[in-house]
Amino acid sequence: MLLELHGVFKRFGAVTALAGVDFHADSGEVMALVGDNGAGKSTLIKCVAGINPADDGEFLWEGRPVSVDGPKDSAALGIEVVYQDLALCDNLDVVQNMYLGRESLSSFRRLDEAVMERRAREVLKDLAVTTIKSVRQPVASLSGGQRQSVAVAKAVLWNSKLVILDEPTAALGVAQTRQVLDLTRRLAENGLAVVIVSHNMNDVFEVADKITVLRLGQNVAEFDRSKTTQREVVEAITAGELSNVPGMQDEVLA
Amino acid sequence: MSAVAQTPRPPIEDEAGVAPPTATLAQATREWWSGVRNGELGALPIVVGIVAIAIYFQLRNSNFLTAGNFVNLIAQMAATAIIGMGVVFVLLLGEIDLSVGYVSGVAAVISAVLLNHSWPDGPAIVMGLLAGLAIGVLQGFFFAKLRVPSFVVTLAGMLGWNGVLILVIGGAGTIVIQDKIINGLANDYAAPWLSWVVLAAAVGGYVGQQALTVWRRAQAGLPNQPWVLIGLKLAAVTVFCVLAVAWADADRGVPYVGLVLVGLFVFWTFVTNRTRFGRHVYAVGGNAEAARRAGISVTGIRWAVFGIAGLMSAVGGLVLASRLSSVDDSTGGGTILLYSIAAAVIGGTSLFGGRGNIRSAVLGAILISMIDNGLGLINVSAGTKFIVTAIVLLAAVTIDSVARRRSAAAGRT
Repeated sequence: MLLELHGVFKRFGAVTALAGVDFHADSGEVMALVGDNGAGKSTLIKCVAGINPADDGEFLWEGRPVSVDGPKDSAALGIEVVYQDLALCDNLDVVQNMYLGRESLSSFRRLDEAVMERRAREVLKDLAVTTIKSVRQPVASLSGGQRQSVAVAKAVLWNSKLVILDEPTAALGVAQTRQVLDLTRRLAENGLAVVIVSHNMNDVFEVADKITVLRLGQNVAEFDRSKTTQREVVEAITAGELSNVPGMQDEVLA
Repeated sequence: MSAVAQTPRPPIEDEAGVAPPTATLAQATREWWSGVRNGELGALPIVVGIVAIAIYFQLRNSNFLTAGNFVNLIAQMAATAIIGMGVVFVLLLGEIDLSVGYVSGVAAVISAVLLNHSWPDGPAIVMGLLAGLAIGVLQGFFFAKLRVPSFVVTLAGMLGWNGVLILVIGGAGTIVIQDKIINGLANDYAAPWLSWVVLAAAVGGYVGQQALTVWRRAQAGLPNQPWVLIGLKLAAVTVFCVLAVAWADADRGVPYVGLVLVGLFVFWTFVTNRTRFGRHVYAVGGNAEAARRAGISVTGIRWAVFGIAGLMSAVGGLVLASRLSSVDDSTGGGTILLYSIAAAVIGGTSLFGGRGNIRSAVLGAILISMIDNGLGLINVSAGTKFIVTAIVLLAAVTIDSVARRRSAAAGRT
């Protein structure tokens, strides 16, 4: 197992965003993380990415306990997150964006454009991203799906082992959603662990191997895509059984 | 990394459509033209503008294109171009620096005062440059660290440094500079051999850099531009430079400041295009949040850029002082601030950040100085000069904005 989380707690003041969540992701698999608004999906991702480290819980990476206290820790492990707002510079071209902040240098501290372009093309080719005409065109001239592909390729470039996609299809049209879902599938086929956060059940059922459902900061179910139905998952999202209802203990004590 | 450069790689197959094959000249031309039609105009409007203005003034006054006037033009445009280079950095961030004019004045007056206290010229010049850098760093602190809007910081700077200039000049009114080096900058001319050596170095460097790029791309198995196109580019640059030097040598020769200008142009172009720092300046100007997430020190970049603007203002200030062989309380005042910002913008650098280059400051300064110089030759009042320059500035930005709208529209398809 590549990533295993056990009993993760995260509190923001009086609010318990995650109450003992278990989660896992394995190489070559697409794990979907679903749940209603406020279920704790984003919080869980931010724990994994080290942006908001967990308060409590076990973080196992390749079976070994590790501590992720900041974005640098997670990047060092090989975790890359593709955020909803993509974080690309419109004025820079595809290669420049993929290497932003980690540019290759040749002698005299010059940028090594040839090496960067070569590698960027290889990654795009491996991911079968065929719709981008030139890797030297500014990102501003790309469509939403192409931009998403560049953001994913950027995440893959650094020999990452786990790629987390946060709502990758939320702003896309039908054809572009198709592109991104195909790309997601290919990441898993290339041996990466993929976590996809989505509200769209059709998308989830198209790409995911496994589905983790969160509700009010707790696990309510984990499904095998092949052994479940959309209806079952939606039921879990809206009415899944909770091991403890938030606030109940307080009420009982009172 | 060196291992990559040693062994040639097989070319990337383009079955994926990712790697276009090496284009022919016709294809490259078509691609360029479709880029132009989509709003990626590059230097095209400004070059057309320069040629049109040259023809117009030559028709009105046959002295305009003489070698003598060409030499004058080099000295006239230098300060605007040099200060404009610093402004380009600031504009690339999408910020503004309104203080560059009086910062150049303060730097010049510091050097002049030190010379009057019989400092040797080297240290006096260095102190002036350091003063400019320090002022830039100070303003950068307020902008980058404390996040005060650059407009306000530098507006305060514009007023404040003007005040400092007046106080330092004091009752003297004018400080005459007698130093040979500073005065010689804009009023002395390089011997022909020196101009040719600098020219050979600049052109040689450009050719070498192009050759290296081609070679490295070939090593990496990447397609290159067609040979004809590369050859044409090199030939055009060489012919242009040779003509410029030969033309200036037909009169007094290239002013030293012209050589300084070439050196600064090459250096800052290298920094913007070929270094990590330059790339990060563009990134911060394009999307500061993306730059931050990519691990770039956004604060550091902002700070450094204002330092560069201050330093380049100081260099420009010394050139201004050199032309007049003196400094007074209006050095760096008047049109110098507006002209250096206008030069960068006319040359094609965007006010909104992320788009532009050092070349734009030089091309814009050439255009503005040509208008200034040409209207002077045909005896037009200062009022008309300002109005014509204003119209050119507006026209340049309008062309850019309209082109950009088209490019945005093209991007959506």
